[in-house]
Amino acid sequence: MSEVLANTSKGHIEVRNFSLAYETIEGPVQAVTDTQIHVRPGEFVSIVGPSGCGKSTLLNAVAGFLKPTTGIVTVDGERVNGPSAERGMVFQQYSLFPWKTVRENVEFGLKMRGMPRSQRERAARTLLGLAGLEAFEKHYPEKLSGGMKQRVGIVRALATGPKVLLLDEPFGALDAQTRVIMQQILTNMWQRLKISVLFVTHDIDEAIFLSDRVYCMTARPGSIKAEIPIPLERPRQQSMMMSSEFLALRRGLMSLIREESLKAMGGEINDMGMQGLNIELHGHSLADVI
Amino acid sequence: MSSPALVRHPEYSMPVTAIAEAGPAPAVTPPATPPSFGTLALRWYRLNQGRLRATAIGIASLLAFLLVWHLLTTYRVVFFVRFTNVPSPLAVYASFSKAIHDPKFLMHILLSCRRIFIGFSLAAIIGVPLGLIMGRFKLVHEIIFPVAEVLRPIPAIAWVPMAIMLWPTNEQSIVFITFLGSFFPILVNTLHGMSLVDPVLVRAAQCLGARERSIFREVYFPASLPHIFTGLTVGMGVAWVSLIAAEMISGQYGIGYFTWEAYSLVQYADIALGMIAIGVLGLGSSLLIRGAGQLVMPWRST
Ligand SMILES: Nc1ncnc2c1ncn2[C@@H]1O[C@H](COP(=O)(O)OP(=O)(O)OP(=O)(O)O)[C@@H](O)[C@H]1O
Ligand SMILES: [Mg+2]
Repeated sequence: MSEVLANTSKGHIEVRNFSLAYETIEGPVQAVTDTQIHVRPGEFVSIVGPSGCGKSTLLNAVAGFLKPTTGIVTVDGERVNGPSAERGMVFQQYSLFPWKTVRENVEFGLKMRGMPRSQRERAARTLLGLAGLEAFEKHYPEKLSGGMKQRVGIVRALATGPKVLLLDEPFGALDAQTRVIMQQILTNMWQRLKISVLFVTHDIDEAIFLSDRVYCMTARPGSIKAEIPIPLERPRQQSMMMSSEFLALRRGLMSLIREESLKAMGGEINDMGMQGLNIELHGHSLADVI
Repeated sequence: MSSPALVRHPEYSMPVTAIAEAGPAPAVTPPATPPSFGTLALRWYRLNQGRLRATAIGIASLLAFLLVWHLLTTYRVVFFVRFTNVPSPLAVYASFSKAIHDPKFLMHILLSCRRIFIGFSLAAIIGVPLGLIMGRFKLVHEIIFPVAEVLRPIPAIAWVPMAIMLWPTNEQSIVFITFLGSFFPILVNTLHGMSLVDPVLVRAAQCLGARERSIFREVYFPASLPHIFTGLTVGMGVAWVSLIAAEMISGQYGIGYFTWEAYSLVQYADIALGMIAIGVLGLGSSLLIRGAGQLVMPWRST
């Protein structure tokens, strides 16, 4: 497995003076403005923010699917200008190839690299073993549960030994229990492989539990509102989520996000009118109530 | 196991190991005796109850159809529709048993099959790649699509006079008609399949290092296969429609010609025989395509 995942350079992501606008009929839609983020080699960094603030946009630009309107994205000093196997990606919609078996899915990146069949079969088996999926290597993705699909998705993205792993709400579609298990699996893999991770999520607990650092974004047009280091020691246990340290971090992030979510929804709520929503404010501000 | 204690005191240690090994075993392993034939049969019956029911009803309804046909023809019913000259099932069966020993009848069938094979294969060999390329490259789509849209509504049968002018032999013009009939359904469905390919899968392939050619082969093509096979199934149906019409109009051989000739020669039983042969051939060819589809797309069979 070390030959597959051999990886000397470690993936230093840098996003500088970044902004991105989508061209639409009504004119450009500014999705992200004036954003600076970085991920140090081997670091686990999350991005949280209200819905529609441009998290996916930012991540897709790092992946190379979108070109920044201004600014620059580099990985280890090299400018990103297109998708590449150096930056593995895991999508919320699983995005496994339905016509390939689990093992063929995992082999895909190695096949694209021209690795001979027997060699990549062996590599894929090893990786699937690590994720506890060897029994399912011949199954088609359709037959798997959501958690298994996403495990295959992660293993597939890691098979080519990328410098960085990008994940866009990978566990968003999973139930709470499966989510927790997937978080553990991801942490294990990350610690074993020592690659850099950029992780987008809605879930504040998830972000704190997994990350070394969390970026919190503002409502659209998104930019970085705050950067929160997570000094919790590793390895992290589920029980730490009850610690006062964790809860303090959680409260802090929660209030940052709530402010932004209200800004994002503010227009809609005013339009509907407060009576329509049946909310009695009793002298509190809207932020306290929601 | 090779500890001296075990060797020296077998009567003492044996029961302990036996319990340790045998203890959990009965709970895990299933009963050693295989289930009896009766149980298996019952289980099979329960699992396939729905399908058995459907088969039984299907057979009964076919028999009822034959019976009604038989009654209508033996009593020569005239009630808006005239059954006076319609052959009875038994008459058709008699003409069938005669026909299967008649090399001429077999030749009609073989010729029709050959025309279908050539015309349909050409349509698939041209239509599928063309659809894939049109779906991938905008410019090709922009050039070819308008022409295809103008020609597509013209039924293949309307091409008969033109085909006779275009092609030196009758045989070629009939194959051409068959080709035209199946070409457009195949092309349109392939295009449709290409337009539905999930862009996330393309992205997934890209960030696993796939380049244009691999994406085409590994993503666009397999993702479109279900629609390609829909196109092939529809195309096969239209190919038969077009073939039979063309054979009736301009043929000298073929099962369509046989059916039409039977009418001219007042051999009424052969009309029904020809019709049934056409139905069976059409059913057979669509089953072949479905089988091929299951072979090519194992991930879709449950
Ligand atoms: N192709 C597009 N054309 C125009 N606007 C777009 C396009 N894609 C996204 N947007 C807009 O850009 C903004 C940012 O979108 P993005 O998908 O990055 O947000 P997000 O933070 O990932 O949201 P979510 O939490 O819902 O996934 C949104 O307001 C969205 O409406
Ligand atoms: Mg998103």
